[in-house]
Amino acid sequence: MAFLKSYLMFIVKYIKEVFGAVKSLAIGLRRTMYYFTHHKEIITQQYPDNRATLNFPERFKGEVVMPHNENNEHRCTGCTACELACPNGTIKVITQFITTPEGKKKKAIDKLVYHLELCTMCNLCVVACPSDAIKMAQTFEHSVYDRGELTKILNNPGSKIMEGVE
Amino acid sequence: MIEDTAITEKGDLTINIGPQHPATHGVLHLAVTLNGETIKKVEPHLGYIHRSIEKMCESLTYRQFIYVTSRMDYLSAHINNHACALCVEKGMQIEVPERAQVIRVLMDELTRIASHELWWGAMAMDLGAFTPFFHAFRERETINDIMEETCGARLTMNYMVPGGVMADIHPNFQRKVKDFIKLYKQKIKEYDELLTGNIIFQNRMKGIGYLSAEDAISYGCTGPTARGSGVSSDIRKLYPYEVYDKISFDEILENEGDSFARYLVRIREMNESLKIIEQLIDHIPEGDYQAKTKAVLKLPKGEFYTRVETARGELGVYIVSEGATTPYRIKFRSPGFSNLSALDHMARGSKLGDLVAMMGTLDLVIPDIDR
Amino acid sequence: MWSFHQIADFINDWLNQRFNPTWVTVIEMIITGILVISLFAVLGLVLVIMERKVSAWIQIRLGPNRVGPKGMFQSLADTLKLLVKEGMTPTGSDKFLFNLAPYIAMIVAMLLMAPLAFARNFQMWDMNIGVLYITAISSVSVISVLIAGWSSNNKYSLMGAMRAGAQIVSYELSAGLSILAVVVLTGSLNINEIIQSQANGWWIFKGHIPAIIAFVTFIIAVTAETNRAPFDLAEAESELTAGFHTEYSGMKFALFFLAEYVNVFIVCALGAILFFGGWMPFHIGNWQGFNHVMDFIPSSIWFFGKTFFLIFLIMWFRWTFPRLRIDQLLNLEWKYLLPISMFNILLVTAMAIGGWHF
Repeated sequence: MAFLKSYLMFIVKYIKEVFGAVKSLAIGLRRTMYYFTHHKEIITQQYPDNRATLNFPERFKGEVVMPHNENNEHRCTGCTACELACPNGTIKVITQFITTPEGKKKKAIDKLVYHLELCTMCNLCVVACPSDAIKMAQTFEHSVYDRGELTKILNNPGSKIMEGVE
Repeated sequence: MIEDTAITEKGDLTINIGPQHPATHGVLHLAVTLNGETIKKVEPHLGYIHRSIEKMCESLTYRQFIYVTSRMDYLSAHINNHACALCVEKGMQIEVPERAQVIRVLMDELTRIASHELWWGAMAMDLGAFTPFFHAFRERETINDIMEETCGARLTMNYMVPGGVMADIHPNFQRKVKDFIKLYKQKIKEYDELLTGNIIFQNRMKGIGYLSAEDAISYGCTGPTARGSGVSSDIRKLYPYEVYDKISFDEILENEGDSFARYLVRIREMNESLKIIEQLIDHIPEGDYQAKTKAVLKLPKGEFYTRVETARGELGVYIVSEGATTPYRIKFRSPGFSNLSALDHMARGSKLGDLVAMMGTLDLVIPDIDR
Repeated sequence: MWSFHQIADFINDWLNQRFNPTWVTVIEMIITGILVISLFAVLGLVLVIMERKVSAWIQIRLGPNRVGPKGMFQSLADTLKLLVKEGMTPTGSDKFLFNLAPYIAMIVAMLLMAPLAFARNFQMWDMNIGVLYITAISSVSVISVLIAGWSSNNKYSLMGAMRAGAQIVSYELSAGLSILAVVVLTGSLNINEIIQSQANGWWIFKGHIPAIIAFVTFIIAVTAETNRAPFDLAEAESELTAGFHTEYSGMKFALFFLAEYVNVFIVCALGAILFFGGWMPFHIGNWQGFNHVMDFIPSSIWFFGKTFFLIFLIMWFRWTFPRLRIDQLLNLEWKYLLPISMFNILLVTAMAIGGWHF
């Protein structure tokens, strides 16, 4: 009767295999049915319809800007630390000599040329600046039709350095 | 090694898989020699995304070259940056404060979970189950949101500097990570329901792509690829760095050596990373987040090597310095390169459909291989 | 209550008053042909948008929701796009066969619509061998797959077509045997008689265990027949080839695409007729009151509701399971489904003879 016993064991194993397989498939089906019926799990954000409610963390590295206060003054002294820190030549500092009210000749910033097309947003320039003149803004929509618009001058025209910044 | 000579006979078909893939691995070109449906040889052709990162680093200073290494294995970007920072600190004998060490380890483990999530979703998609991809990305997006708040970016974070981290963690960091831990514990059960226990998936993975322990060592495989064959190779355990020797976690080993074993190793590694995060998140010590270093870093003359455990295996950074502000030569020992070399050995004799499953379990990221 | 057969009778009477009987037959055939083609078009549109929405909700995202309200016109936009695409015929291909293949698929799908009963007394051709006709004609569809693969002059298409051909031919056996289970219980191949025999309850409830086994094997077999869900190795996107329809573009690809969805509809309609009662409302034994309430819902709504429920089941399978390899697929059929179906036939015959069903 060993032949019959092995035959029976084969049948039992076969049926167990089939049931185990169907059970594992049914568990997976139950999980997807859960997601099909629970629409509150949908996490799609409908951009660009939700531009008004988008909020980005303040540390998000979008592009480099130079903040100016109400009197159109900035904090950049033209020390070119950012230009030295940048890995791929994105920032070019053009300096000029101005005469201070005391009559001395001092080096000051003329233009801070920032090539947005080359920037990798690595934050090294912001960290290197000794006078907190530049920071990262949270804008992220940088597409333009004309490449010339990507070369930006960071200091506003006619602005000068704030008092007391070294 | 590879038995190459005179295996192609008349009537064999050579087809190209890639470099443009419908799958997500990157630009990998495989020249596969087939006999009917059976694979006889797999020859990877690399170099489609070679960007000469090592050469570029020769003209960047020791603070500047870290950002470009995020783009090597972009799924474990933090760990790449960590390795470079460790090498520079080793050269300059900089002591990293305790707080910075803990923050670095936390970021590493979060990155490891995120990388394994993407691996899981992409592998499921290669095998034809399209749903787990979106479920995996939901968790990955949560991690990316945490990173965005502290580091400012989601993929190429550039947060590590020689001496510590670039900025202190955001006040919301601890709370968000704790929420993530709670969320994750529920979701990991769903992964088992959807894929691991599924009979179709198990049939496609069990017995496929066998790699014995001796072969894994001789090809130089590290990471989950080797651990799936029983080779103990976790750098966090064998050569601990930062605070890894002070926390308790297990090294996951499976002895079967087939694709399913490698899959299980990665799934359980996600749980281990979660354990590490749980142990550390409440005990971030106070202190500096960055050691005080000179403004211009100059490594002394000599050669320095450090190794870390990325999500794919062992990453080694080797710097040769002549005493200048820029390195003389940097070499990265990438884990993917050695793991890919085992593909030929594993694939011989299997069917074409199994090749996709095998590539999935090797977890290849081609920019890591091509640098 | 309006019903389809009243409209059909009305048109029939109206035509009979005007024309002589031969002309009436010809005009009715033309009307039927136009209705079938428009049903195809509507089905194609509805099923495509249903698939995209169902897959999106399972994958925790929204589906198409820009074109039209809730994205209802998305498939219209897709159809327009496919129509204006260039339909290239590769050089070196067998031009006649290459152009013929999609039409064979469509013709088979249209022929299969004939014996289906869409509503009470609303059938195109009430023949004695309805079920046999369906299984016989659906076997012809494998020819279109093989012709498409062969005439493309592309070794990858040929590989995909051979796999698809082997798969379809194997799974027809299990599908046929599971259909046979219901035929044994009813005692007739006539579609109308099968539906009428379910007037006191559907076969899936009356036939308990063997009918449930037959239903499960039927669903698996027809999913493999229509090259869908876990069995779509022949047209897998992330494997090596795109299958037998790699070289098709534009209108011809649209025909293949449409033929696949209509095939899904037809096999689900067959499943609904055999196991769930076709257009028969949900009756429970002799509960007259309940049955009377159920009779209020028009029979066409019952039919389409059941069919779309089965279509949803097939779509649910597609988005949950990974793909099977070709040898595992054939393994499943020859080692598991076929023995189970044959054993099931024995069970069902014993049950029918012994009268152990409800």
